[in-house]
Amino acid sequence: MITRRDFFKKTVMGIAGAAVPLAALEIVDPKKLFAEVAAETTSVRWAFLVDTHKCVGCGFCVKACKLENEVPYDANVSRTWVERYVLTKKGRLYADNPKAARDGFTTAKIDEGADGLKDISSEGIEKAFFVPKLCNQCENPPCVQVCPVGATYQAADGVVLVDRTWCIGCGYCIMGCPYGVRFFHPVYHTAEKCNFCYHRITKGLKTACVQACPFGARQIGNIKDPNDPVTQTIRTQRVGVLKSEYGTKPQVYYIGLDEEVR
Amino acid sequence: MKNHVFRPLFVVIGIVILILLARMVIVPKDFGVYERGYMYSWHRKGNEEDWKKIKVKYQGKDYCKDCHSDKYDSINKTPHKIIQCENCHGPAIDHPSDPPKLTIDRSRAQCLRCHFPLPYPTSGRAHIRSIDPDKHNPDIECATCHNPHKPMEGLR
Amino acid sequence: MVHGELWTVKELFVTPNEYIYWSIQIVMYPFMTGLVAGAFVLSSLYHVFGIQKLKDMARFALVFSFALLFAAPMPIVLHLQFPFRGIEIFMTPHFTSAIAAFGIVFFTYGAIVASELWFLYRKHFVDIALKLREKQDKTLMEWGSYFVFCTLTLGVYDVSEEALHRDEKAIKFLAGLGIPVACFLHGYAGFIFGSVKANALWMTPLMPVIFIMSAIVSGIALCMLTYIVTMEIRKFLAKRKRASAMRSQPLEQLQSVEISVIQMTAKYLLAFLVAAISLEVLDLIFRGYTALKSWDVLRSVIYERDFKDIFIMQYGIGNLVPLILFLLPGLTIRRTVLGVMLVLFGVFMMRWNVVIGGQAFSLTFAGFMHYHLPIIPHNWETFKEGLGGALSIFAMPFILFWFISHIFPVFEYKEA
Repeated sequence: MITRRDFFKKTVMGIAGAAVPLAALEIVDPKKLFAEVAAETTSVRWAFLVDTHKCVGCGFCVKACKLENEVPYDANVSRTWVERYVLTKKGRLYADNPKAARDGFTTAKIDEGADGLKDISSEGIEKAFFVPKLCNQCENPPCVQVCPVGATYQAADGVVLVDRTWCIGCGYCIMGCPYGVRFFHPVYHTAEKCNFCYHRITKGLKTACVQACPFGARQIGNIKDPNDPVTQTIRTQRVGVLKSEYGTKPQVYYIGLDEEVR
Repeated sequence: MKNHVFRPLFVVIGIVILILLARMVIVPKDFGVYERGYMYSWHRKGNEEDWKKIKVKYQGKDYCKDCHSDKYDSINKTPHKIIQCENCHGPAIDHPSDPPKLTIDRSRAQCLRCHFPLPYPTSGRAHIRSIDPDKHNPDIECATCHNPHKPMEGLR
Repeated sequence: MVHGELWTVKELFVTPNEYIYWSIQIVMYPFMTGLVAGAFVLSSLYHVFGIQKLKDMARFALVFSFALLFAAPMPIVLHLQFPFRGIEIFMTPHFTSAIAAFGIVFFTYGAIVASELWFLYRKHFVDIALKLREKQDKTLMEWGSYFVFCTLTLGVYDVSEEALHRDEKAIKFLAGLGIPVACFLHGYAGFIFGSVKANALWMTPLMPVIFIMSAIVSGIALCMLTYIVTMEIRKFLAKRKRASAMRSQPLEQLQSVEISVIQMTAKYLLAFLVAAISLEVLDLIFRGYTALKSWDVLRSVIYERDFKDIFIMQYGIGNLVPLILFLLPGLTIRRTVLGVMLVLFGVFMMRWNVVIGGQAFSLTFAGFMHYHLPIIPHNWETFKEGLGGALSIFAMPFILFWFISHIFPVFEYKEA
């Protein structure tokens, strides 16, 4: 004969125990864990193309990005930037990105940060070029892998996004990115980075930087569409990516990528 | 006599159950694993829509051409046709309702973005005509002599 | 100013978004969890391996480990841009991230330490609860005490020989189970750094092992230091009350207990110290030998810019000098105190050199960043991410220890 006490105890345990599978097992639903298969069937995968021969370092892309994506213009962070590389005849490399090139490059002196401005004689220059950079929306994004709470993630079309309502601000994703594209937004205080102007490309528009570039140095396209001119360029021309040794499979392709580019 | 040794274990299990119950309340319902699997797609699905809803600010040249056809046609006959109107005038957003007027950046710094002389023969920069800003009329705005929509008119 | 800009100075070619984001609090965090793990391992040396001489030290180390456990997550709480969202670690953990392990590991470890403490002090709780139950007119404080101790008994009032024997077995089991968990507690912290392929200095499989070894070193060192300090305070108080105290232990007996315990513990400290140093030197040699792409800038950081921090402060003052001090025969209390303080300093510098050193060079491998620790705070951020925050965190376990030693008394008899 079961006592009232035992009955009550067992009922409570039963109910509490039932709450466990409901809440806990969702995390380990095998069907969902192996859902990468679904990614194969999406029809859009965004890819970016940068032509370093065409970039002149005007910085209009950086300005447009900041204004379009509400990153304060005066803040010393940017979702995208342009780097300048100057190689001298003596074999030395000088490189800089003054204020992320938001105002362009209006001096020939190299900005060395705390070390001041470096004068380089124009006769001594062997080659010099500009390299725009932005988030590579990697196929294997290490920043997403290290987010402890699932605040940053990759959408089905390849763009990596950050949930501002969920980000705890630990900074692990910022440390995890080999390309240095992430930072803390000065106003929202969550992790922030280029998201290929997701609000624009999903409406059929180009990203702000692609539209702003007067020289056509930046292009965006859908790598799954064989008729896309960007896709055709990537497939048929000699293109490179940044830091492929990290295994991230970046989706920003560069024409004219020099060996000195970092 | 029951073994008291398991008492702390029950406390621990109790706390775990509390956490799981809290989870049912705190975690948004659409939080889960999506297309790219647990490693790359563990998130709140609704956030994707949040990002899509952000307001578009830069409208592009075609947005300006109907009302400002004079400037539009004029600049299209010059090398400046490659420049977006909004590069110098800022994002149109909902112009003319908001903002009613766009800024006009007349500073020398704006033109120097492309026209400052950088001695880089291997870059696209080499193809742009440049001036030495310290010697070429250093005290006045470029726009005083060069109308950006027809930069060389009236000068040759 | 963006986060990190205030205390970062960039030199040469650095990308625009790079700043020293992981500053002093991220140095403090592995330091504190290391102390937690080390204190627990020390305690387990008695409970699992039955090293009788460490009995007093074991009890002390366990309680101190518990106090440290509450202080350990504080650096993270202060560092997060959204501390209250920290609960998300328990709500939606992303286990592909090493940091997500925090929830499970801390909770498991906390459960083990709390349970072990319960078994250790159960009789004490029952004694006090029963004593207070009998007292007829209790003051408010005594009612509070009664409530607390009754709850702590978890409804178990059986203190028979058999029950206490079961307690002993449970303690032994938990102490044994806790050793790998404590190693995991600090190993995961090492994994957090070692798995970041984007950082050339952090990326090495040796990182979790180095962290565990130096964690145990720091835990043992801190326990020895606090034990010595506490024993000295007791001796001082006992001396003053020698005339009136009826139950105090004779001074000479106290002294001899100390030296043998200290000498025994020092041997273990030495063993782990040698292991930690070997692994770190191995890592250094490997880097120089294999000379990967990052070696030029790393060599510049390790052997030039951070030479003082690494070789003089960490290896020299923090490792070599204590090694000599402990190896010389005839170990005295005074030499031990100096030795453990230097060891703690060395372990702290190791965390500093890993965390800050890893951010001292740019991702471009062609630029550097210099970290200025905010000393005088002028707002909340410069306090919590500055010297003030670090010192507060370091002081916290001692303050907590004082409070919880009222519930978990560490020594056999009441203090004077």
